[in-house]
Amino acid sequence: MNKESNSYTFFFTVVMIVIVALGLSVTAITLKPVQQHNKELEKKVNILQSINLNPTFEEADKEFNKYIVKTLLVKKDGSYTEGNGLDLNLKEELNKPDDQRVLPLFIAQVNGKKYYIIPLYGKGLWGPIWGFISLEEDMNTVYGVSFGHKSETPGLGAKIVTEEFRNQFKGKKIFDENGNFTSILVEKNLKQLDAHQVDAISGATATSKGVENMLESVLSHYINFIKQHKNDLA
Amino acid sequence: MKEQEKESLFSPQNLKLITDPIGKKNPITVLVLGICSALAVTVQMKPAIVMALSVMVVLAFSNVTISLIRKLIPTRIRIIVQLTVISFMVIIVDQILKAYAYDVSKQLSVFVGLIITNCIIMGRLEAFALGNTPWKSFLDGIGNAAGYGLILVIVSFFRELLGSGTIMGYPVFEKLGLYSIGYENNGMMILPPMALITLGVIIWIHRSRNKDLIEKQ
Repeated sequence: MNKESNSYTFFFTVVMIVIVALGLSVTAITLKPVQQHNKELEKKVNILQSINLNPTFEEADKEFNKYIVKTLLVKKDGSYTEGNGLDLNLKEELNKPDDQRVLPLFIAQVNGKKYYIIPLYGKGLWGPIWGFISLEEDMNTVYGVSFGHKSETPGLGAKIVTEEFRNQFKGKKIFDENGNFTSILVEKNLKQLDAHQVDAISGATATSKGVENMLESVLSHYINFIKQHKNDLA
Repeated sequence: MKEQEKESLFSPQNLKLITDPIGKKNPITVLVLGICSALAVTVQMKPAIVMALSVMVVLAFSNVTISLIRKLIPTRIRIIVQLTVISFMVIIVDQILKAYAYDVSKQLSVFVGLIITNCIIMGRLEAFALGNTPWKSFLDGIGNAAGYGLILVIVSFFRELLGSGTIMGYPVFEKLGLYSIGYENNGMMILPPMALITLGVIIWIHRSRNKDLIEKQ
């Protein structure tokens, strides 16, 4: 057979592609459950980090079951049901119209104190960013946050995961004295930060604004819920 | 041909395929191939070692695969065939890392995928595997990846030690009590430029010890 003929080249390509495609599909399908499990563990680690715990990957399952006592699914009008919040696809929910959207709220109990954990999802500069924010019993004061990102610039936007940036959020408030929703603003070049502001990362304005928008858009979903239930849940 | 077939698996010539790329024909310090990833993943030793192992698996097996089908590959599309084989191996390695070494795969993030573009691999397939038997290609792959890995480990050793004061995550400088006498980590070492400079120093030392590497003017 002539190795350089067009028909041979074509034949060779087709056979090669079929073999490669088969090989890849088999690998992807067999490894999928393990990878899915890893993603879930990572989520649990991130949730626990937002209430300032630091479990390893192996401990994540155990610690999660120990501290997270309840998961609520919250609607914009303030009503809620109990359910499994881990499987909810945040991205899809955020794209839905306001009245159809359901977002989870994890309730944690650590040393007799309750914390309310809200998952976040938004846009960074290059790709999605996400995280968790935990509120204290008054459902106003921030207890802790954790952030993650897909592809923010290393050394700049990627710094949102550092403790230095995250620690700024502790003790900030998402409502003002009159009970109006303010969210938390990520500001540049401010000498004095009030209770609703944190310092942006220099050189990473887009990512910092992304964090701000993410907090605003997700937290606003919970306003009614918090106003209605902040006393009866505590 | 007959004599070649009788050649033992670990004959001196075959062993040279492994030892040469580690020393005199090192792909990074002599051929200066694949340095992009050498800069990117050498902030800490652990990802550097995993990267080196991943490259070794990919290079060895794509070398073998290409060598096995070398008589079947139409010359006109050989580069595309090589790329397909490399991508295939890389995706499998990536999937396995995601399943069994999740935290490391997160640190390596895009760089595992970028093994595909690592010039060493393409270079070895084109220069060696296309013209040699599978076993020799396998050894050549292991050798070149070991040469690459060795440099990665050396660079990451210095960057992690001087930049973060740790070795494989173990806080060496803290245990030695260096911080209490006023020592501070050099933040520069964590940045990519210092990888380039560290690499430059290694190349310098390598060349000064191997005079035959220096070009005659």
